[in-house]
Amino acid sequence: METDEYCIKQISVFSENKPGRLAAIAKALMEKKVNILAFSIAEADGFGVVRALVDKPEVAHSILSSLGFNVAFTEVIAVRMKDEPGGLYDIAEILGNAGINIEYSYAYSGKDGAVLILRVDNSKDAIEKIINLGATLLKSSRFH
Amino acid sequence: MTHYWNPRIETMEISELEDLQFRLLKTLVYRLYSFSRFYHDRMDENGVHPDDIGSLEDIRKLPFMLKKDLRDNYPDGLFIAPQDEIVRYHVSSGTTGKPTVVGYTEQDLNRWTESLARALSSCGMGRGDVMQVSYGYGLFTGGLGLHYGAERIGATVLPASVGNTERQVEMMIDLKVTAIACTPSYLLHIGEVAEKMGISIKNDTRLRIGVLGAEPWTEQMRERIESWLGIRAYDIFGTSELSGPLFTECKEQKGIHIWGDLAYAEVLDESGNEVPPGKEGELVVTMLQKEALPIIRYRTGDITKVERSKCSCGRSHARIHRITGRVDDMLIIRGINVFPSQVEYALMEIPEVGEHFQIVVDRKGALDEMLVRVEVKKDSFSDKITDLMKIRSSVEHRLKNSLNVSCSVELVEPGSLPRFEGKSKKVIDARKI
Ligand SMILES: [Zn+2]
Repeated sequence: METDEYCIKQISVFSENKPGRLAAIAKALMEKKVNILAFSIAEADGFGVVRALVDKPEVAHSILSSLGFNVAFTEVIAVRMKDEPGGLYDIAEILGNAGINIEYSYAYSGKDGAVLILRVDNSKDAIEKIINLGATLLKSSRFH
Repeated sequence: MTHYWNPRIETMEISELEDLQFRLLKTLVYRLYSFSRFYHDRMDENGVHPDDIGSLEDIRKLPFMLKKDLRDNYPDGLFIAPQDEIVRYHVSSGTTGKPTVVGYTEQDLNRWTESLARALSSCGMGRGDVMQVSYGYGLFTGGLGLHYGAERIGATVLPASVGNTERQVEMMIDLKVTAIACTPSYLLHIGEVAEKMGISIKNDTRLRIGVLGAEPWTEQMRERIESWLGIRAYDIFGTSELSGPLFTECKEQKGIHIWGDLAYAEVLDESGNEVPPGKEGELVVTMLQKEALPIIRYRTGDITKVERSKCSCGRSHARIHRITGRVDDMLIIRGINVFPSQVEYALMEIPEVGEHFQIVVDRKGALDEMLVRVEVKKDSFSDKITDLMKIRSSVEHRLKNSLNVSCSVELVEPGSLPRFEGKSKKVIDARKI
């Protein structure tokens, strides 16, 4: 199975928990006309990591780096969910049955319906299992 | 009636004391010139020979010793006693990665104890007192120093050390403690904890004396401690290089008596000249009788002034005013000396963070808290929060190991910490002492 096309490049940005940091990131992306498709903030005491799916990850990486941010690419996968009650449950059950270990996840609901973004230990293995169990994965070409 | 531990020495005429100091100095210089390679060479470099010391004032011809000298000769390069004459070591953290080691012969311990026996007696302590020693025990000199001093005068010692404050309050009541030795901020903390337990130190305990030091404090703090806790609070001075805590105020509370047969104190300006009487300067101390690790014209970095006239308590020994500051950037956190350079050296060993840092010290309640901000390096940034938390706790652990004091660490964005603005931005001391 060709799994690479389902690996999506997420950008992760280290950020202090202080006013204006998210705005600084968003402004930089806006000025470079980078569209943010989904994002989440993971917060620890004193700092956080902003994670975002954007249409132009390379552009985002270079502008944020040049502004001094700590930026990394991280590989994630995107699973389609039914945009109705039980949609998350269906997917969660599949992931549980497949024994996939999730580092973190976040969701968004857009024009293509609801999508669950997953960061897993082993993307290739997870992609195969999820497809075999009948769920739909979004290709990276839909984002970038 | 004033009680002297050693009346002959303590009330000696000033001129007689100065004669004694000169003889001790002369002997010390000959001993060092003969047995210390380090000091022999240093005297030669400065063109001074022991024969040039013809009066007490000639001490000014002698070269200084610096903390750096102890560090450069780590661990025992400056000792002149053979190892089998040394009966104890104490170790304090140095200004960089390397600690400072002090060795003591049996006589060194005796004199250290004698110094505190005189001092504690001059605060009005003696047989029948119960002293809670709430300084740290172990490598730090505070705990053991006071411990042996108080035992020497026949007081009962409760070696409580630091921490477990509720238990300290309970013991203070149950064992009828009359005196405590600790940092002034820790005593305030004990007072606050006692109040939360529904106990008033003033009304519910027999505490009457506090021997407080190892950190800067003020007359206002003394007034607050004395009126709130119903005790008399005395300032204590000493650093590990000199042996440990050595000297305290007497009941007059007009300066700390420096026992002249044990130590000679000078107060110098920036160019090394004696300041005019009553003016502040750097305290430089010569230990006149130390055996294992002789200390001659040691620059303490502490700012104070000296008073050489006879005290109204009858003691002829010079007094120094409470320490008002430092000539360098040393910080004192919960009684422990911390140099920003130590933080820098510790961080250099941790690849995940940059060498830039910022120290923020504040006082929460009565206790000091230190926060160190560090930058996460670009190549060690992972998008996993747990990895970042691991970096943070490993930095906390390393800093605690090298500073001997715990601090919390904040990870900040690369490039966000001040770079070249100097010391004022690297250390923010928000404590109001
Ligand atoms: Zn006196």
